[in-house]
Amino acid sequence: MKLKGRVWKFGSDIDTDRIIPARYLNTTDPKELAQHCMEDEDPEFAKKVREGDIIVADKNFGCGSSREHAPIAIKACGVSCVIAKSFARIFYRNAFNTGLPILECPELVDQTETGDELEVDISTGIIRNITKNKTFRAQPIPPFMQELISAGGLMEWIKRKGLV
Amino acid sequence: MAKKRRPMTIAEKILALHAGRKEVAPGEIVDAKIDIALGNDITAPLAINELRKVGAKKVFNRKRVVLVMDHFTPNKDIKSATQCKLVREFAKEFGIVNYFEGGDVGIEHALLPEKGLVVSGDVVVGADSHTCTYGGLGAFGTGVGSTDLAFAMITGKLWFRVPQSMKFVFRGRLKRWVSGKDLILHTIGDIGVDGANYRAMEFAGDTIRRLSMDSRLALCNMAIEAGAKAGLIEPDEVTEKYVLERAQRKPRFFKSDPDAEYVETREYDASKIEPLVALPHLPENTKPVTEVGNIPIDQVVIGSCTNGRIEDLSVAAKILRGNRVSSNTRLIIIPATPHIYEEALRRGYIKTFIHAGAIISPPTCGPCLGGHMGILAEGERALATTNRNFVGRMGHPKSEVYLANPAVAAATAVKGRIAHPDEVVKH
Ligand code: SF4
Repeated sequence: MKLKGRVWKFGSDIDTDRIIPARYLNTTDPKELAQHCMEDEDPEFAKKVREGDIIVADKNFGCGSSREHAPIAIKACGVSCVIAKSFARIFYRNAFNTGLPILECPELVDQTETGDELEVDISTGIIRNITKNKTFRAQPIPPFMQELISAGGLMEWIKRKGLV
Repeated sequence: MAKKRRPMTIAEKILALHAGRKEVAPGEIVDAKIDIALGNDITAPLAINELRKVGAKKVFNRKRVVLVMDHFTPNKDIKSATQCKLVREFAKEFGIVNYFEGGDVGIEHALLPEKGLVVSGDVVVGADSHTCTYGGLGAFGTGVGSTDLAFAMITGKLWFRVPQSMKFVFRGRLKRWVSGKDLILHTIGDIGVDGANYRAMEFAGDTIRRLSMDSRLALCNMAIEAGAKAGLIEPDEVTEKYVLERAQRKPRFFKSDPDAEYVETREYDASKIEPLVALPHLPENTKPVTEVGNIPIDQVVIGSCTNGRIEDLSVAAKILRGNRVSSNTRLIIIPATPHIYEEALRRGYIKTFIHAGAIISPPTCGPCLGGHMGILAEGERALATTNRNFVGRMGHPKSEVYLANPAVAAATAVKGRIAHPDEVVKH
């Protein structure tokens, strides 16, 4: 699976309240959540982001609450994948369960800025920064997680396995 | 002779038992049986939608799925009422025994231990990050998302990567006004908000042995604030007494083997720890109260799954008795469960709070997550006994939250600025 998109870069410890503030958690509608994605960090983000764009962030992305509304909001506003130095544990699980690809690649984070264009190969973990003409290798996604992504999330995976 | 099993930590022993294995080691992926699957009014609706989408007709066990409508209760608007209705109808249709709302509802992580729904030795998954609270009982509680919850509700199982364990040993007698909250703030201040990412934290030492159950639950509650998968305390007599009085099932008391493996062990002299404050906007920004300087506070909140228990209200009452809340400050007190509320009433705390000029809220998460019941305006500053001080957590993105224990919170309400309890109560 190959993705291509523009980068929006964020700092470290981006918590789930910044990804989607709790005041909007009285709904589960992805479209509505998408309108408030990253709002307290950058109030214009939801308007500026385009289909396929990529979030790049420093360490511990998605720390805080277990709200799945966070990866859902990110996915629903068009972001195709998130690349960070590291992810908080629950966010990591939730991203794969909801079918949002995420990759850990510290070197890329240090050498990539907002506006750069990236090409990401999810299966190999190879990421090309087209703007800077540099290639990076992310930690490959564990096989089980790749299965989840290609199924479109955990529930689809359960259906395929006939576990219900 | 049978091969000797590897020495294990309490977290590893609990996971091994639930995976039907003699032993497990960190890094292994195991399929573990779940004792309790927990959801709330924010996360359960998503899980229920997922569960319905795959056409599930029943849950793995009607008694072991627990649904607590605590975050926006009493429902603050049409949308939250709709979410709650969706869960209520599901609970009826699927025959969920432990569904809580209205006058039965309390903040989930205070309610479940109190009702004996979670017992020592359990594996609990909750679609709420503070599910790690149950480590105070010697249970493996961990936060998951709604899809994981849906999976657990259907199958009664979930996959886990066995976490590495980190040990935190506290020695010495605590200073006056220092509680479990300060021990965890101290730890997070030391290792940072991702200092225990993916790991299990184990708290040990003579200081921990002397902690009350309320303080232990507060301590384990914030393990997630260091990124941990779980935070645990080995059961002892305090645990046994608390759990056996309430347990709805048979508890299992596990202890770590003396030669169990820890990726890291840290030792702290607890007698040196002062009442602490975590400054905005991360729980790791800790400082002793005496070093923060003059910080005026608009709102104080005493409540939440961290510090809304009877011991917390008791210490607040001690400080507020005969004092008035500063005219520049609002004080909101939220007993975490109906039982705690009743007990506070019986002991006369509620009267003390009202006389001091506090607002008493029904049990709810309310302002802790900026939901309702005390939202901050732009530029306002709160000190709360809650667990998170992220940007916008309690209201406007340009408001601030400081975290502290209930004694500091009560003293702060009286002084109208961040204050040490000794400034209000002289021995
Ligand atoms: S009290 Fe706060 S931290 Fe605890 S469950 Fe409620 S919202 Fe979450």
